Amino acid sequence: MPDYNFAYLDEQTKRMIRRAILKGVAIPGYQVPFASREMPMPYGWGTGGVQVSAACLVPEDRLKVIDQGADDTTNAVSIRKFFEKTAGIDTTEHTGEATVIQTRHRIPEEPLTDDQILVYQVPIPEPLRFLEPRETETRKMHALEEYGLMHVKLYEDIARHGHIATSYAYPVKVEGRYVMDPSPIPKFDNPKLESAAIQLFGAGREQRIYAIPPYTRVVSLDFEDHPFVATKADHACDLCGAEHSYLDEVIIDDAGGRMFVCSDTDFCASRQAQGHRGRLSPGEDAA
Amino acid sequence: MLDDALTGGFDDAPVQSARAFRAALSALSRPGKIETITGGYAPDPVSPAAATLLLTLCDRETPLHLAPGHDGQAVRDWVAFHIGAPLVGPAEAMFALGRWQALMPVTGFPIGTAEYPDRSATLIVELDTLTASGARLTGPGIETAAHLSVPEVRVLRANRALFPLGLDFFFTSETRLAAVPRSTIVEES
Repeated sequence: MPDYNFAYLDEQTKRMIRRAILKGVAIPGYQVPFASREMPMPYGWGTGGVQVSAACLVPEDRLKVIDQGADDTTNAVSIRKFFEKTAGIDTTEHTGEATVIQTRHRIPEEPLTDDQILVYQVPIPEPLRFLEPRETETRKMHALEEYGLMHVKLYEDIARHGHIATSYAYPVKVEGRYVMDPSPIPKFDNPKLESAAIQLFGAGREQRIYAIPPYTRVVSLDFEDHPFVATKADHACDLCGAEHSYLDEVIIDDAGGRMFVCSDTDFCASRQAQGHRGRLSPGEDAA
Repeated sequence: MLDDALTGGFDDAPVQSARAFRAALSALSRPGKIETITGGYAPDPVSPAAATLLLTLCDRETPLHLAPGHDGQAVRDWVAFHIGAPLVGPAEAMFALGRWQALMPVTGFPIGTAEYPDRSATLIVELDTLTASGARLTGPGIETAAHLSVPEVRVLRANRALFPLGLDFFFTSETRLAAVPRSTIVEES
């Protein structure tokens, strides 16, 4: 701990990031440019989220890090250890105990509260980027609120597939103004973007920070005759029996066998600890 | 309060500025909510809350405007030693500090551009008292409605009309801090 400045970054950098976060909060959904630093991990491993977390952490915080809902994958474990070492803070795997949660591509199943901050790792912050590669043009489109192209993309989904096939990074409109990429969360999580918690988004390689304050209106784009539907696999969790959580599909043999399990490992483990059982749960005497 | 420009900074900058930022983030994310913010002290008439906010957010990269009443040699010396922010007029300011009347007219401050609405000033307004009563606030960050003793609803309404451009306001009094970002709808209650 004494070998690092608190939370790794130098104070000048943290002030710069903090100013960007505050402007992001003041203009919900707008991407604030910031001078992203090189971090001791590669781009794509959450350098944006790590910088936002580093600028927000206080010594009293309890940090949770998830990667696709899981606390125990490489990315989550290494970021948790990074902050244990450089900020000396406590960490947890329990959503309810965490004050700051850094996430890659999921929102926890357990509803967040108003004393929590959710920090997203974002690969491509610009929702219009795959429709218009020029930053000068997408910036103009945001300035003019010119989002017709995004609706054309969703319409083409319907024309081709019969429904809106976009299943993750599903675009939203924040407080009736900016169209925003919620990061590659499954669209199942989109309704949870209206939250009591502060939500901050950090894109390290693309050098953008944006935010959704608590209780901000977040509307998933859709059409009157093709309303937005938050979809998930049509199964219950095979370990805890949950019917309304987002599921991962796992191939379990080479004969086509498969199982569905909660992507949120803490949610699933908590339910199992409460005695909930799923289709493939080991019997009570199996241990 | 202080006559020595060399004191009043943070003893433990990384930790004190982190706690102060969390208070500022919480205040701006929940307009009308009053937070306590401490750690810094500056010469009169700067409040401890405003001094802490300056130490947390400002540095040599952020042009600062000191409004009349706050623009004295003691405060200038303190800013020069602890923060290093260039002192500028309203039109170039990223941050401004002063009492409400001294900051008028707010139309002199940058409100950002259509393509970069973040290039706008943040005003730190010193008030005698700050209470959760008075004008009614609604908008992002507020579940139903909040109330805050803001000085002049008319100015804040005109600022909201500029959204997504506009100014963001921190209100300070002693060690108390609250905020009204440009996204907040302010009405007489």
